[in-house]
Amino acid sequence: LSATAEIPKEDGRPKWDNKFQYILSCIGFAVGLGNVWRFPYLCQIHGGGAFLIPYFIALLFEGIPLLHLELALGQCLRKGSIGAWNSISPYLGGVGVGSWMVSVLVSLYYNTVLTWVMWYFINSFQEPLPWSVCPLNENRTGFNEECYESTAVNYFWYRKTLNITPDISESGTLQWWLILCLATCWAIVYLCTIRGIETTGKAIYVTAIFPYLVLTIFLIQGLTLPGATDGLIYLFTPNLNTLKNPRVWLDAATQIFFSLSLAFGGLIAFASYNPSKNDCEKDAVTVAIVNSMTSLYASIPVFSVLGFKATTAYWDCLDRNIISIINEFDLPEESIMRQNYTSWISFLNSSYPKKIAGLKLKSCNLQEFLDQSVSGTGLAFIVFTQAIILMPGSQAWAILFFIMLFSLGLSSMFGNIEGVFTPLLELRIIPKSAPKELLSGIICLISFLIALCFTLGSGSYWIDIFDRYAGSVPLLVIAFFEVIGVAYIYKIKRFSKDVEWMTGRKLNLYWHITWRFISPLLLLIVFMAFVTLQMQKPPSYTAWNPKYEGFPMKEEKVYPPWVQAICVLLATLPCICVPLEALFHLVKQKRRSKDSSFVSPEVFSCQGANS
Amino acid sequence: RISNVLLCNVTDRVSFWFVVTDSSKNATTVPGSEVEAAIRMNRNRINSAFLLSDKTLQFLKITSTLSPPVEPSTPVWLIVFGVVLCLIVAGIVFLVVSGIQKRKKKNKESTERENLEEKVEVTLENGIPCEALDLKPGHINGVFAADDERFTSL
Repeated sequence: LSATAEIPKEDGRPKWDNKFQYILSCIGFAVGLGNVWRFPYLCQIHGGGAFLIPYFIALLFEGIPLLHLELALGQCLRKGSIGAWNSISPYLGGVGVGSWMVSVLVSLYYNTVLTWVMWYFINSFQEPLPWSVCPLNENRTGFNEECYESTAVNYFWYRKTLNITPDISESGTLQWWLILCLATCWAIVYLCTIRGIETTGKAIYVTAIFPYLVLTIFLIQGLTLPGATDGLIYLFTPNLNTLKNPRVWLDAATQIFFSLSLAFGGLIAFASYNPSKNDCEKDAVTVAIVNSMTSLYASIPVFSVLGFKATTAYWDCLDRNIISIINEFDLPEESIMRQNYTSWISFLNSSYPKKIAGLKLKSCNLQEFLDQSVSGTGLAFIVFTQAIILMPGSQAWAILFFIMLFSLGLSSMFGNIEGVFTPLLELRIIPKSAPKELLSGIICLISFLIALCFTLGSGSYWIDIFDRYAGSVPLLVIAFFEVIGVAYIYKIKRFSKDVEWMTGRKLNLYWHITWRFISPLLLLIVFMAFVTLQMQKPPSYTAWNPKYEGFPMKEEKVYPPWVQAICVLLATLPCICVPLEALFHLVKQKRRSKDSSFVSPEVFSCQGANS
Repeated sequence: RISNVLLCNVTDRVSFWFVVTDSSKNATTVPGSEVEAAIRMNRNRINSAFLLSDKTLQFLKITSTLSPPVEPSTPVWLIVFGVVLCLIVAGIVFLVVSGIQKRKKKNKESTERENLEEKVEVTLENGIPCEALDLKPGHINGVFAADDERFTSL
């Protein structure tokens, strides 16, 4: 049985127009919303510049080896995730199915986040920005109560955008404006992925490069804002004591892992459209380094803006106190300025302590404002939007910011959809005569219909669940089996020969050590630490409840049992595929071995197929 | 008239107390609640008379009524949304139609090529179509086979 004779040289597989498109697609897939709203947050809470140490160690021993593995695998086997893992070994077919399932689950909720970005984008054309003012109450004597007690920005996010319910078990109704935006987002995804990499390859030129332009513009603008330097100093001041906390190392490892979009199957799909003789080693190192540099680059404007926001809030606090003091003591205007506020306060406190105490002044501390750290959607939709209102020309900044977020998310969506699309195409779900446009249309339509659940009142709670459970633990498990599968089942010797054949030079010792020992060990440790941390407290969430006593603080609630069951299901379903498929194949083997005419098929090899 | 102004409680800020008298009703003071309501309704005029704003002219215990933000008849976001959606639908239609046209062209080309190849095959066989040859049961002519051997050795 010779593999050479069966597989023709020109197999009609689509390919990238040029190498740059491929690299850009991988970078676009890796660089996503997390680079902008998770990495700066982690830097801030884990001791600033000191966080870079565990981050780069994790990049070196976990990120780059796994990335190289996936790219080499896809390029060698020239198939999507399901086909590739079936070729490596039929017992490992479950890894591919698991990857595919995770890609499906993540695509569903990721596009809903983009829906929110789109909603904010189309609202940015209004003057004044709708999240800058509170609406009035019925008799027009004051502002809407919910808005007044929290802030206008919070109100716009929780009420006008999400129309959130106070509890996850209350589903609320479908929000029609979100449905419209969701339909638009899926239409955009369909437009860009309609013919697979033929169309995404063209779209990626815009969606991958545009965010860098906007980040640069924000960088220049951000550095000119007052208070920017405070924010940057706060971000980057290293506090080496935090390195003693194992939580920091865990966060660094998970951040690198999720940031590079490993184990989704999307990278394998991208690499499978490459010519076989391509230097995947250099590609992997390039993509990983660009991803990390982007995270660092993005954190500079983010923290300039956050520093600006903290400074403005601090000045507002001071101004409010000054007004109360001036009113109380009947002092002339401009007698107390921000600069001499502290001296005035100490003087007044010593001479009229009772009066000062009666005023109930809020203590204004710049450090406290800087400490208010947020990550995720809170950073983009609450904190950043508030800062944008304060900038001159806020519409333009808002429009730019949300287009940037949309491009970042869209280029990651391309990778997710490719991870779903390519294996389905190879499994011949639709007949070969049917056009590719049909399959991508079916995928987008079904995803849109399922994602309608996320437009309910409780939708954002569900997205948090999907993010925490479907998009985290299964990936770690799948990546672990990927490394083990290639290193010990396919055997490193054979794989290194394949990689040598593709790149044209011998495999470095670094790859041998990391693929064989360090990466699987690291993944195992990270997985166990991650699960242990999750299990330590009962799974809870914070709900936005206007009737809560501590409002505007969010109310801490525990998930009801049926929701907890869904969480467990989401986390274990993709992982279960791996042993299930292996078991299924074992049973098939046993049945076949009873047949004496059974001949074991030759296991696939890179070189055999392509030489 | 100067007699209506009394100085007391001098402070550093410009502030004053005032009472409103109704000249038509025998110089009685107008009750505070009515004055408050009147000020609330005409706040804008009083502010502009002093060239001040709600922030710089403060009436103790009177909160100003707020004017609602201007809202256009169609919300702006619907317009933007309509524009975006039209562009996307146009793009999708264009791509789908061009895809269908490409497939039609490819199908036409491949059928033309097939026809061409058939003709070539027929002429090569000197007018005897392939199908006819296949249908006839073939038997090897020993004489020709021997000749073939001679030809190949050359």
